[in-house]
Amino acid sequence: MPSVIVENIAQNYRIKKTVVEALKGISFSVDKGEIFGIIGPDGAGKTSLFRILTTLLLAESGTATVDGFDVVKDYKQIRNRIGYMPGKFSLYQDLSVQENLEFFATIFNTTIQENYDLIKDIYQQIEPFKTRKAGQLSGGMKQKLALCCSLIHKPSVLFLDEPTTGVDAVSRKEFWEMLHRLKEQGITILVSTAYMDEAGLCDRVALMQKGEILSVNTPKGIIGQFKKPLWAVKAKEMYRLMNAIKEDPDVESCYPFGQYHHVVFKTQENSEQKLEGIAKQGNYTGMEIHAIEANIEDCFMALMND
Amino acid sequence: MATEKVITAKDLTKRFGDFTAVDKINFDVNKGEIFGFLGANGAGKTTAMRMLCGLLLPTSGQATVAGFDVYKHNEDIKKNIGYMSQKFSLYEDLTITENIRFYAGIYGLSDEQIKEKTAQLIKQLHLEGKEKTLVRELPLGWKQKLAFSIAIVHDPAIVFLDEPTGGVDPVTRREFWGLIYEASARGITIFVTTHYMDEAEYCNRVSIMVDGRIDALDSPANLMKDYSANSMDEVFLQLARKAVRTGD
Repeated sequence: MPSVIVENIAQNYRIKKTVVEALKGISFSVDKGEIFGIIGPDGAGKTSLFRILTTLLLAESGTATVDGFDVVKDYKQIRNRIGYMPGKFSLYQDLSVQENLEFFATIFNTTIQENYDLIKDIYQQIEPFKTRKAGQLSGGMKQKLALCCSLIHKPSVLFLDEPTTGVDAVSRKEFWEMLHRLKEQGITILVSTAYMDEAGLCDRVALMQKGEILSVNTPKGIIGQFKKPLWAVKAKEMYRLMNAIKEDPDVESCYPFGQYHHVVFKTQENSEQKLEGIAKQGNYTGMEIHAIEANIEDCFMALMND
Repeated sequence: MATEKVITAKDLTKRFGDFTAVDKINFDVNKGEIFGFLGANGAGKTTAMRMLCGLLLPTSGQATVAGFDVYKHNEDIKKNIGYMSQKFSLYEDLTITENIRFYAGIYGLSDEQIKEKTAQLIKQLHLEGKEKTLVRELPLGWKQKLAFSIAIVHDPAIVFLDEPTGGVDPVTRREFWGLIYEASARGITIFVTTHYMDEAEYCNRVSIMVDGRIDALDSPANLMKDYSANSMDEVFLQLARKAVRTGD
């Protein structure tokens, strides 16, 4: 039985006269023990989805189950068996690190000692500061404490809403290493992020945009869906080169990617010759053209434009 | 002819009590350059940036921004720079044109200039017909693009961008960089912080702060060569892992 099943979930918000469709009838399921990524920019509907699955928000329509329990009827059972780390830091700022952890352990009828194994790795990093008030911790330490609090009752499913937003590349990498260790303990993890490069760290991902799912697949599977040849080009005159490529009527898209521009043509024939033609015309210095494999961000942008 | 320097910093230092947030940093930024200012959380980026914006007095060292001294002429600095961050951008309950008029007015543009700039901006951002829309009703990506355009509405010598593209979808993120390139081509210097390492590669030069110091400063291509790395992400990880300090 899948850990999470989402069927046709829809959610609207009304702001005065305008209706914002936050979720437009989405469906997917998450297997037990999976790290499942919800990948999408702000406004994709990630937080609404998490609030519905954690029983904090009633969906307008559709059904969902977590661990076999219905998010509407069985909300009490669900609340006992899930962990939830919201995007906004939501612990008690005026309680110490240890008091926060004890508080959450107590409401779930357990003790820090009982499930210490699960949080040991993470808690040891903040233990030197256990008497410090949570509000006075740095961003990285707050994040670790919040993760400990969401794990203290040994949940079967863990919901992490944008845990790495605003976090630097090193801390992000460490956070994902922690998640993989939790996965080994059999915990199902649903994690949302706006960083496309984190998709590759998930077992499967749902790419989301404006309340819709663009694709659900393994990271490899998503990349496999990108069928058109993709070219990486660079020259010393990057800006001029991009404008020249974009002006070509046969070009479908040209996006900057770090040191290169990624180019896709509308038709597959002779695309390399066409690029070389553009290069010759513009008289660029240090021109390079390589055929490359798409990454998740290429795929996301291609799906956005479909 | 020597390149015009828009920012110079020499041994710039800021201490809070016995904590040295910024530790003798040295660098110059050239006119029209896109300069990436990277570092892990807590490395001292924000403190350095606040000193350069004239918002915080250094403890020691020297710095000039747009030709003005950070100690003596910080008010002139404020008039000659633009600033935008993901957190602070526009007034949500004002319309698009009201926001433009407000900021342009604060920076002392004349009514005629404001009219001209407004028309130009609306056209450039394809916002025709949306002039009277409240900023709160715009999608995040549009807000960020509008905020950037407004941050440079007074044609400042330099614009400071503090993580301008967080949470924005990948297409909009690239359109945003398109605006940055255009501004740079017009001679506006860009000083930008980001957590997206592919964006670091769009910069002409990049500095990486570790524990209050600038540990590396060069073009992305040279940094990748020096650190035998295939991407700026690898360069960043190699440097930032050496940090002793933690957190923000």
